[in-house]
Amino acid sequence: MNKLVFLGIIIVSFFAILAIFAPLIAPYDPGQIDIENVLTSPSKDHIFGTDSLGRDLFSRMVYGTRISLLVGLIAVGISAIIGILLGSIAGYYGRWVDVVIMRFVDIMLCFPTFFLILAVIALLEPSIINIMVIIGVTSWMGVARLIRAEILSLKERDFIYAERAIGASDARIISRHLIPNAIAPVLVSITLGIAAAILVESSLSFLGIGVQPPTPSWGNILSEGKSVMGAAWWMLLFPGMAIFVTVMGYNLLGEGLREKFLKT
Amino acid sequence: MIKYIIRRLIGLIPLLLGITVITFAVIHLAPGSPTDLEEQFNPKVSLEVRQRIAHLYGLDKPLHVQYTDWLGRLLRLDFGISFVDSRPVIEKIGERIPITLGINLASIILILLIGIPIGVSSAVKEGAFYDRFMTVFVFIGFAMPTFWLSLILMDLIGVRWGLLPISGIKSLEFDKFSFFEKIIDIARHLTLPIFVSAFGGLAGISRYMRSNMVHVLKQDYIRTARAKGLKEKDVIYKHALKNALLPVVTILGLSIPGLIGGSVIFESIFSIPGMGRLFYESVMARDYPVIMGGLVITAILTLLGNLLADVSYAAVDPRIKLE
Repeated sequence: MNKLVFLGIIIVSFFAILAIFAPLIAPYDPGQIDIENVLTSPSKDHIFGTDSLGRDLFSRMVYGTRISLLVGLIAVGISAIIGILLGSIAGYYGRWVDVVIMRFVDIMLCFPTFFLILAVIALLEPSIINIMVIIGVTSWMGVARLIRAEILSLKERDFIYAERAIGASDARIISRHLIPNAIAPVLVSITLGIAAAILVESSLSFLGIGVQPPTPSWGNILSEGKSVMGAAWWMLLFPGMAIFVTVMGYNLLGEGLREKFLKT
Repeated sequence: MIKYIIRRLIGLIPLLLGITVITFAVIHLAPGSPTDLEEQFNPKVSLEVRQRIAHLYGLDKPLHVQYTDWLGRLLRLDFGISFVDSRPVIEKIGERIPITLGINLASIILILLIGIPIGVSSAVKEGAFYDRFMTVFVFIGFAMPTFWLSLILMDLIGVRWGLLPISGIKSLEFDKFSFFEKIIDIARHLTLPIFVSAFGGLAGISRYMRSNMVHVLKQDYIRTARAKGLKEKDVIYKHALKNALLPVVTILGLSIPGLIGGSVIFESIFSIPGMGRLFYESVMARDYPVIMGGLVITAILTLLGNLLADVSYAAVDPRIKLE
């Protein structure tokens, strides 16, 4: 296996473990305020230092891992479901169904995604669930295109004709035969999509319209870091590093899957 | 060629309509009403006042009537009046767009100037240390969060070392400067934003360029060129490069929405009065006319960018059939 892919797997598993065992790993309660230790630099007691309310940065970041991964995974789950559903319907039924769905995809792709997300957030409260749904609903177009293209070529194959001949329903052919055979490129796209969703969530939280404090997320910790810029480098360095490394991990994993499944 | 462009322009009409439908649906079908904001300031607003506000913005009419009214106004380039300062939306957006487009254009040029040579040289040295080093660099570029990069550069270059200004596009005493000082002043203010906005795209283009070039270098006509004894330099720069460059045009067209979307982040961080910052501020203030206008206008810009990319692709590559 490629060294870079191996690195990707290690990074992804490392952060997954952090997220799952957050309460065991974090040395402090992430919300515990300590006004006598405000903005202390990294030390033995607080290995990543403390923030402007004296909360332990390391503990906040461990819990932030939970939020960031959760948002990334569920948002991508939503976009994968929408994309697979619409893409396979378009590819299988063809004709006007295909035209309507793919035109819709074209139109959605015209909007700068970030603008669309911001516009929806203006109307909704920026809760964690809303953030996941909004990211999911605005990022399914790539998956839809991929699965449609796969199904267009698969549906002319003999085993699909055979299924039809024995009277299998459309729903059965799509869900049991077409989608499983078309899923490989989608897996690659989903893995890369998690990286993208984590980036979007952290950008939103950084701008103050994503995950709201006091719930810690890498993005909103960085936002606090911006307000103490020049005074507390640890508030800028560690959360950014976490986002950067996680995104890199999923990207490497995605590239690895691409090489494995889609040798061209 | 002209026929092709006209046909493409006609093909844009359904897409344009779709853009307006989605924009309208996003704003009107989501929970929360544009009049909420005014009510938030004063919870005692009476039902009667509420209805008057709704009437003022036509919110008491059925949805399809509201939509066709709005569409009719769009066709006359009337995007409504901003809730915040009562200025026409088209005017507010119009003065912001050149700044955003200018920065994005500069960063695209930077991306091409650096990304293409990186991609080509990696492809030529496929598998060598240099190529692997560049692959790592590309992954770093892909994973780097723009806002984090901006913050680090602001902290180091702006705050600690004081080398470059970190906010706005011109100094306070700008008006007193001579012409050259003005240019230098703007350039100093825009250096960091342009660098940041180019950084992510750089990785994408160089990666793309590399895979194109690797593909082209395996083609028969490259073997022929080598076999007839051409210098390797001529093979690479005359025969291969031209062919590998073609698809980059399309990728540039496709990257427009990402670039415009990304402008929200770096314009907010560097306080640049561009389209992205206007949109962000309008979202924070729930200034619906500006939000709707901004969505429609940026989507149309993307459409036109894609059209331009397709047309120039067809113009430079005669193999693309215009039918």
